[in-house]
Amino acid sequence: MERTTIDLWVGIFVALGFAALLGLAMKVGNLTTSSIGQTYLVTANFENIGGLKPRAPVKSAGVVVGRVSEITFDPKTYEAVVSLNIDTRYNFPKDTFANIYTAGLLGEQYIGLEAGGDEVNLKNGDKISQTQDAVVLEKLISQFLYSKATESDDKPGKTASASTESGVDALDASPLDKIGK
Amino acid sequence: MVLHKLKRMLSKLGAGCINKIWRLGAGGRLFWLTLVSSGESFRRFRLTIREIYFTGVLSLIIILVSAFFVGMVLALQGYHTLQKYGSSEAIGVLVALALVRELGPVVTALLFAGRAGTAITAEIGLMKATEQLSAMEMMAVSPIARVIAPRFWAGVIAMPVLATLFSMVGILGGYLVAVPLIGVDAGAFWSQMQANVDWEYDILNGVLKSVVFGVACTMIALFEGYDAPPTAEGVSRATTRTVVSSSLAVLGLDFILTSFMIAV
Amino acid sequence: MANAIVEIKDLSFGYKGRLLHKGINMTFPKGKVVAIMGGSGSGKTTLLRLIGGQLKPTKGHVEVGGEVVHKQDREGIYRLRRKMGMLFQHGALFTDLSVFENVAFPMREHTNLPESMIRDLVLLKLNAVGLRGAHALMPTELSGGMARRIALARAIALDPSIIMYDEPFAGLDPISMAVICDLIRSLNDALGATSIIVTHDVEETFQFADYVYFVADGVVAAEGTPEDLRKSELPFVHQFVHGEKDGPVPFHYAAPEYHASLLRGAR
Repeated sequence: MERTTIDLWVGIFVALGFAALLGLAMKVGNLTTSSIGQTYLVTANFENIGGLKPRAPVKSAGVVVGRVSEITFDPKTYEAVVSLNIDTRYNFPKDTFANIYTAGLLGEQYIGLEAGGDEVNLKNGDKISQTQDAVVLEKLISQFLYSKATESDDKPGKTASASTESGVDALDASPLDKIGK
Repeated sequence: MVLHKLKRMLSKLGAGCINKIWRLGAGGRLFWLTLVSSGESFRRFRLTIREIYFTGVLSLIIILVSAFFVGMVLALQGYHTLQKYGSSEAIGVLVALALVRELGPVVTALLFAGRAGTAITAEIGLMKATEQLSAMEMMAVSPIARVIAPRFWAGVIAMPVLATLFSMVGILGGYLVAVPLIGVDAGAFWSQMQANVDWEYDILNGVLKSVVFGVACTMIALFEGYDAPPTAEGVSRATTRTVVSSSLAVLGLDFILTSFMIAV
Repeated sequence: MANAIVEIKDLSFGYKGRLLHKGINMTFPKGKVVAIMGGSGSGKTTLLRLIGGQLKPTKGHVEVGGEVVHKQDREGIYRLRRKMGMLFQHGALFTDLSVFENVAFPMREHTNLPESMIRDLVLLKLNAVGLRGAHALMPTELSGGMARRIALARAIALDPSIIMYDEPFAGLDPISMAVICDLIRSLNDALGATSIIVTHDVEETFQFADYVYFVADGVVAAEGTPEDLRKSELPFVHQFVHGEKDGPVPFHYAAPEYHASLLRGAR
């Protein structure tokens, strides 16, 4: 009699444990959202990856389509080689464009894929040739300040309004426009 | 005189160290014997089930209540800091990651050592003091197979279950504080959490941690009981040592495991 | 003595260099009740543990059924122990099991008998010690004498050929004591077993034992049937049998001279 009640309690206990694990998996974790089953691997070279980390998401049109699996350094080209695991459900043309974006101003970095127009799709082991580096904030600011300084040096006699205008021009030319994309 | 004192102190220290190493070896030997004679605890699984009831089910209340409060406090504290940076929706991530990665396994293990570990030590110690283990030996039944191994596996099974429940209930507690009480958007709470908690790297690693803690805590409790001098004082000292050693082992192992898991 | 089932030959045993036994020879013939007597701390219980193979002798050996105990591997020792039943000093009942389960324990561990047969056997054993009505109780609900009898029922659960008793009378009232005395003799004869009793209760033991060994200072100081020993003129046996305070066994534990200790007391 007592034994069966103990069995019952232990059964409830273990079932609760599994329920909690399932709850964690479904509600808390990303098992449902990123249940990437089968993937294929493509690589992309970047001159600067900024703060990109392994396991960072790979998104296209804002949808997660894969994850960064590995980041290595190529000592010949002095470039970073980023390996991407992409879900086999999604195919991308061969001339797809890979950018490193930042989620928000200071958020985590991820890779954005923009599909090109090629007939042939990327296959396992292929390399994405068109890439755009990460935006490094310090670089951006120094570039902006530098261009600002050269502008004001070149045209010392301009009016205040013209100066602002050229400032806007400089801003347009700066890599900030990448963010706008 | 000073030299004499120093010499005595040194020899005491040395003896203490040797004693610790001896105990470590004896504990390792018991661990090995337990693994070797585990067949019984699986062939007659009812023995193990009984122990899961005592170590797991009876620890549920303390684990769940603690988890609930820990989750609520985490949400409350986290909100105050996050809100300064205008990212109070990230509270879900904060609560979930803190619980799943660290607090779930660690706090569960500490509570387990206090609740179930001491009970195991006292029980085994008293069984030894009242010659029950000897009696078993004389009946040609190995106490390690019949008494130690089922308790060991019960602890190893109960710990991850308890830790998972701790994390889940803690998150629910955090949810209750963050969403109805503070007014964080429920959708943001869950979606931020889902975007940033990884099934494999966070949840499964947390479960793995708790399995390791389960092995360590249960084994320490069993060894202290098995090794206790068969007197009332000996058993009470062993019980204290169980809590101290288990807590230190859990925190130390947590650091080692975390550093491995982050490196991978 | 013919057909000895247990033999102790030239046995020495000690902890950390201090010898407790210094060359003991004993024989336990089949079907007899043999008592080992001696003062507290004379290593009587240790002898039982040596017979059961829980300790290894420093020198000499113990033979059970012609096999040397300490030369057996784990399997062998367990095989020998299945022929033995042991009653521990305080019963050593498993406190987490009921009386019924305690007695059923050896059967469940060593046999594959169906539940109905185990039930019959357990009740039979409990009946033998007169406690069939207590089968549903937990050990904590038993008096000392009852616990001892339950433990005895458990010790004989598998019909052992050797039954060992460690201080079976310690801490019992006269009635329980008489009951246990009676049980030891009747069970021994009913099972055709050999009983080894370690005790220091002279009167009770002399009533039913067939043969008695006296152990003192690590050797067998005297041996013989109770009648012989009662008449013995050996000073030690005389002191023990008649319960005299001082004699060959001194009242004082070995110590420096009293006068000298008192003078140094200021330190």
